[in-house]
Amino acid sequence: MIAIVDYGAGNVESVRRAIAHVGSTAVLTDDPSELARAELLVFPGQGHFAQAVARLHERGLAEVLRAHIDAGKPFVGVCLGLQLLFDRSEEAPGVAGLGIFPGEVRRFAPRDAHGERVKIPQIGWNAVHCARAGTVLDAVPDASSFYFVHSYHVVPDDPGVVAGTAEHGGRFVAAVARDNVFAAQFHPEKSGAAGLALWTAILGPRWWGRPC
Amino acid sequence: MLSRRVIPCLDVKDGRVVKGVRFEGLADAGDPVELARRYDAEGADELCFLDVTASSDRRKTLVRLVAEVARELFIPFTVGGGIRSLDDMRALLEAGADKVSVGTAALRDPALIARAANEFGSQFLVVSLDVGRAPDGSRRLTTHGGRETTDVLAVDFARQMADAGAGEILLNDMERDGTKDGFGVGLLREISTAVDIPIIASGGAGRVEDFVAAVRDGGADAVLAASVFHYGTLRISEVKQAMAAAGIPVRRPLGVSR
Repeated sequence: MIAIVDYGAGNVESVRRAIAHVGSTAVLTDDPSELARAELLVFPGQGHFAQAVARLHERGLAEVLRAHIDAGKPFVGVCLGLQLLFDRSEEAPGVAGLGIFPGEVRRFAPRDAHGERVKIPQIGWNAVHCARAGTVLDAVPDASSFYFVHSYHVVPDDPGVVAGTAEHGGRFVAAVARDNVFAAQFHPEKSGAAGLALWTAILGPRWWGRPC
Repeated sequence: MLSRRVIPCLDVKDGRVVKGVRFEGLADAGDPVELARRYDAEGADELCFLDVTASSDRRKTLVRLVAEVARELFIPFTVGGGIRSLDDMRALLEAGADKVSVGTAALRDPALIARAANEFGSQFLVVSLDVGRAPDGSRRLTTHGGRETTDVLAVDFARQMADAGAGEILLNDMERDGTKDGFGVGLLREISTAVDIPIIASGGAGRVEDFVAAVRDGGADAVLAASVFHYGTLRISEVKQAMAAAGIPVRRPLGVSR
């Protein structure tokens, strides 16, 4: 079973529709026992870091997500669902993230290295460059464009987890991957053909070594 | 690099696509879902649906339309037209809209945008400014499709909306709307240098060079047009080719020939 974590943080229905479009069925749920049974968990999210953390804890979901990842089951984070996997965010000083990936979430700098203004939030399509082979990003050509909407980006302590990067006032991390976890700052469910190709790969047997 | 976006706008009335010049002389033509799919296939980066329905059941019709589009379309789309309240916004969000465009209601009650940003996040909120020109030459907001002027300076309101939590500004230059004489580069420049959030240029698109000028000279982050695309005067691919030739980063979609 594929489950999408529905914890009141943004437009999660669009993820379900994209998954349906590529031929799989996913359930939207915030029920910890149902989530615990899922083969593949999709963890989307939009909005404020602190509110999302609070909503996860209210529903007792932080432990469920951690247990799923620790069990080696496929896990896909999207947008805020990527950021929440880190230790902390500049958006919410003092609020602990899930700490799956050591590191922090930082706001884009308002000026780039040349003093040029950087638009915040970043809204639109940006080319994602593969940082290494062997992640699900192999399913799309290098430098494929994906749709981003965010003001913050992740900064992992371990550069080895970086799967893809993009440029917005400097290079930033667009996706991370480690073992059974893949998480993207962009929205594959809103990235047209490239996004659907990525969902197809995510849900296919090859990437995780078994069908989901 | 972040691409500059090309956004076809579909004017919708009673669930059907129409297009009028300066919001008058509307003629029924086209199924929104079909058109959305066509624009997506042609490489549109995003779509915008502007509801011009006046009838009392408009909201129901619009929510149904949004749900149909959301099932078929996997690029972002914005819905605008007559959105007045958080309830209106929530209904469209739940139906699958990625963003709403709020115009008159934001002008009447600027605090609405702060409340909406808090409730739904800035990424959901486009504030639409219909900008006319006062007798003294200053650029001020208008209402009712440009027929009524206000004394609110466009640049002040843009700053206020950015501070309130708007995610983007949709800048409709009412002087240019429907003229095909090009986007108002001066107005774009004035607003895009005043706020940090992305600016979508609207009103006046006629030739591919207009799109290039809006970005290069006006500082627009996205360009929106309706009739040139709707009537087939320009194709999205040729607009993007011209932008790319001028050194502007554009998205090259997977599977779209160029």
